[in-house]
Amino acid sequence: MIIAVASGKGGTGKTTVSVNLARTIGSGVQLLDCDVEEPNAHLFLPGREKGSDIVTIPIPLVDESLCDACGECGRFCRYHAIVSFGSSPLVFPELCHGCGGCALVCPRGAIREQGKRIGVVETREADGITLVQGRIDIGVAMAPPLVRAVKETLNKDTTAILDAPPGTSCPVIATLRGSDFVVLVTEPTPFGLHDLRLAVDMVRELAIPFGVVVNRMGVGDDRVHRFCREQEIPVLLELPDDRRIAEAYSRGELVVDALPEYASHFATLLWNIREFRSAGGK
Amino acid sequence: MKIAFTTSGNTLDAPMDGRFGRAAGFVIYDTDNDTFEAVDNRQSVNTAQGAGIQATEAIVRHGANCLVTGHCGPNAFRALSAAGVRIYTTSAATVAEALEAFSAGALATMKSADVEGHWS
Repeated sequence: MIIAVASGKGGTGKTTVSVNLARTIGSGVQLLDCDVEEPNAHLFLPGREKGSDIVTIPIPLVDESLCDACGECGRFCRYHAIVSFGSSPLVFPELCHGCGGCALVCPRGAIREQGKRIGVVETREADGITLVQGRIDIGVAMAPPLVRAVKETLNKDTTAILDAPPGTSCPVIATLRGSDFVVLVTEPTPFGLHDLRLAVDMVRELAIPFGVVVNRMGVGDDRVHRFCREQEIPVLLELPDDRRIAEAYSRGELVVDALPEYASHFATLLWNIREFRSAGGK
Repeated sequence: MKIAFTTSGNTLDAPMDGRFGRAAGFVIYDTDNDTFEAVDNRQSVNTAQGAGIQATEAIVRHGANCLVTGHCGPNAFRALSAAGVRIYTTSAATVAEALEAFSAGALATMKSADVEGHWS
C-alpha cells in the first residue's frame, strides 16, 4: 500500500506524521521524502547513508550542420524551450521539461538529447526503515521529474509512505499520483481550513481515497471539524497541541519514541487508514 | 522598417506597457507608409512560461525589426537578438510619445537584459 501524506498549508505536520507513521509500521517500510526542495525526514531518522544517484532530464542538443532551420521543433514545444528564427534553433534549458518531442519531430534528425543534472536521490537505512529522499539542485525549477525519480525506488511488495511537498501544484500531483490513500494534515485554524479545502479539491480531482489528520488540537476553533462533517470526510487522528510534542520535534526526536503514550495514536491512524482505504474513502 | 511598441491598448494614444513578454499587446508601426496595426499578445500573457520567447515570435511574425519597450528579461533578450530585432527602452507614457522619441533618435539601444528572468 502506498500512503501519501499531504497538506494544502505548509508547517501543519506532514513530516511529523510521516516519520512517526513509518516508525509505527516498523521494519521493512519505505519512507519517500518527496519534498525535494526541502527534504527533512532524515533529521528524524538519521540512519546511515546507503547511496546517492544523480538525476538528469534530457535536453535537446542541436547539430547545426544538419539543421535546415525549418522551425518544426519550436512549433512543437509548448514550453518555448526551443525556438528558431530562420536559423539554427535556440535552446532554453531551464524551460525544458525533457519530453523529447523536438527530437522526434525534427525531419533532419538534427536534434539529440543530453542529460542535464537537476538533483540527487539519496537512500538511507534507519532501524529497518528505508528512507529515500530527493534533493533538487539550487536554482532548478523543475521538481516533478525528481519526484518521479524518487518514486521509481518504490517497492510494490511493502508499505510505502510518501511525504509530499505542501500546496496543490505540480510537485504535489507528481507525488500523489498512483498512491492508494492520501492523509491530509491540517490544523484547526482559519488558515488550516482554507488550505485544506484546496487540498480536498485536488485529491477529489485525482480520485484517491483520503482522510484528515487534525494537528495541534486545542488551538483555533472547530471549523475544520465542521467542514469534515459536512463533507463526510473521515478524521483519522487528532494530535493535541502538546508542548512536549513540540519539544521532541525541536530536538529531532520521533514523538512515538520520546512520548510512548502517543504510540497508540499512530497505531490508530494506521488502523483507520487501512479501514477507510478498504471502504473506498470519500 | 517596422517598430513594435508594447502597449495595453491598440491605438497610438494608448499607454505604453513597460513589460515585453506579458504586455497586453503591441502596436506595430510601419515607418515606410506611416501606418500601424494592433497585435494581441493574450497568448503570451496566459502562457505558463517562456512569455518573452513567444512574444518575440509574435512580433517577428508581423515583420517587426525594432522593439520599443520598458524592460526585457534574459530569455527574451536572447530570442530577440537571435531574431535580429533591435531593442530600445523608454519610459514614455504613450505609444505616440515613444514613437516621437524613437524618430528623434532619442532612445538608447539595449545591450543586455535589464531585469531578472521570471521563471524561477
